[in-house]
Amino acid sequence: MIKIEDLKKSFDENVILKGISLTVKAQEVVVLIGPSGAGKSTFLRCLNKLETINSGHVYINAQDITDPKVDINKIRQKIGMVFQDFNLFPHMTVLENIMISPIKVKKESRDTAYETASQLLTKVGLANKADAYPDDLSGGQKQRIAIARALAMKPDIMLFDEPTSALDPEMVGEVLTVMQNLAKEGMTMVVVTHEMGFAREVGSRIIFMDRGYIVEENSPQELFSHPQKERTKAFLSKILSSQNNKLPL
Amino acid sequence: MMDFRFDIIAEYSHFFLMGTLLTIGLSLAGVFLGSLMGLFIAIGELLENKFIAFIFKAYVGFFRGTPLFVQILIIYFGVIPALFGEANGIVSAIAALSMNAGAYIAETIRAGIQSINRGQSEASRSLGMTKIQSMRYIILPQAIRRILPALGNEFISLIKDSSLASTIATPELMYWAQSMNAQYYRVWESYVSVALIYLILTLTANFILKHFEKKVPVK
Ligand SMILES: Nc1ncnc2c1ncn2[C@@H]1O[C@H](COP(=O)(O)OP(=O)(O)OP(=O)(O)O)[C@@H](O)[C@H]1O
Ligand SMILES: [Mg+2]
Repeated sequence: MIKIEDLKKSFDENVILKGISLTVKAQEVVVLIGPSGAGKSTFLRCLNKLETINSGHVYINAQDITDPKVDINKIRQKIGMVFQDFNLFPHMTVLENIMISPIKVKKESRDTAYETASQLLTKVGLANKADAYPDDLSGGQKQRIAIARALAMKPDIMLFDEPTSALDPEMVGEVLTVMQNLAKEGMTMVVVTHEMGFAREVGSRIIFMDRGYIVEENSPQELFSHPQKERTKAFLSKILSSQNNKLPL
Repeated sequence: MMDFRFDIIAEYSHFFLMGTLLTIGLSLAGVFLGSLMGLFIAIGELLENKFIAFIFKAYVGFFRGTPLFVQILIIYFGVIPALFGEANGIVSAIAALSMNAGAYIAETIRAGIQSINRGQSEASRSLGMTKIQSMRYIILPQAIRRILPALGNEFISLIKDSSLASTIATPELMYWAQSMNAQYYRVWESYVSVALIYLILTLTANFILKHFEKKVPVK
């Protein structure tokens, strides 16, 4: 579904991604963890070409998005992305936020788009907020709307970049629950998160990234119980002690 | 001052009225066409194609860096005759005011577009929108709300700046003050009258715009 070969990315002279190769199979939930500055966000943003790619290849459904002939707008329709700070469109209601892309990009009829949007709102538990504006929502609600907005394009893949990092602790759970349900339905997901409980529970595979490399990858059980590399151990002990395993699932 | 001649003001009141209407017309045309041009130029300036962007930047640089008066004369004596074979005051005035306002409005719009969080364009692009769709549906609607007050100010500037059109045989307000002065050699009657009218126009415009701004939600 996603195949990444020796992906390299730098900003000016700063090499951020130093050759990443990874394959994500359909219905897998790959969780990326790693310290700040490791390049996790940059990596995720390369997958839908929000960042230009310096070298290597990224295949989405067997199409190489580094090929300039590939229409990236088409590819992006198949890849939903959820951002840390939501990025809802503040001048539109919740419903309009969700409907705009299906209507304008996919040329769906308003009725069809409305139908989908209503179902998605119910799914994320916010059917009563259809006519609200983003500014009137809590962080957790905003993020659930952002997920619904991405899902409205009926993507094959969902990318999450620290979707709960900007949330008050009591709202983390509601967003993780939506994500967990999505995973259960078989969505292919790549998730950057510091929520180790979610990683362990929902992840099919954990990737530990540091300084532009994949240091270690394994099943959640293996990676958390028997980390092989020193850097992984150090990172895990630090983050687990600070998190105290506050899994709200 | 003792012998302030209200009679000649009364005599010219009809001309002042016509002049005022033309002044308002020129200003409205200027802000309307200037906004369209400004939008076009702002987007041109933000293009990735460095050469095209440079042309638009040069345009803005020229119109902001030279006096409006000079621009009016160039357009009246040079550009319009070259294009249409004969001079035309009103057409030249509208062209010069719009092109000048366009340069200033372009800067406002560009700043407005750039003030919108990058996350907005990233979110819309990640949903598959093209650059143009993202601009059209996500960025511009938010930017326009922020630049509306500046457009209002541009309109008020145009009310005043359009007085320069009097020099190219455009019978707007200032034109009639000058012809009154030429006829009667009465400086105070001529210029104080139109100064008052300009003041009323700008204050009224300001009042309406402030009222309007309050009504437009920032959302
Ligand atoms: N647009 C950019 N221009 C220049 N440098 C950048 C840019 N974006 C990211 N970087 C740099 O790339 C490095 C990796 O950033 P990235 O955001 O990918 O890390 P991260 O693993 O997501 O970290 P965090 O956990 O803090 O989100 C950082 O040093 C950052 O300063
Ligand atoms: Mg990040």
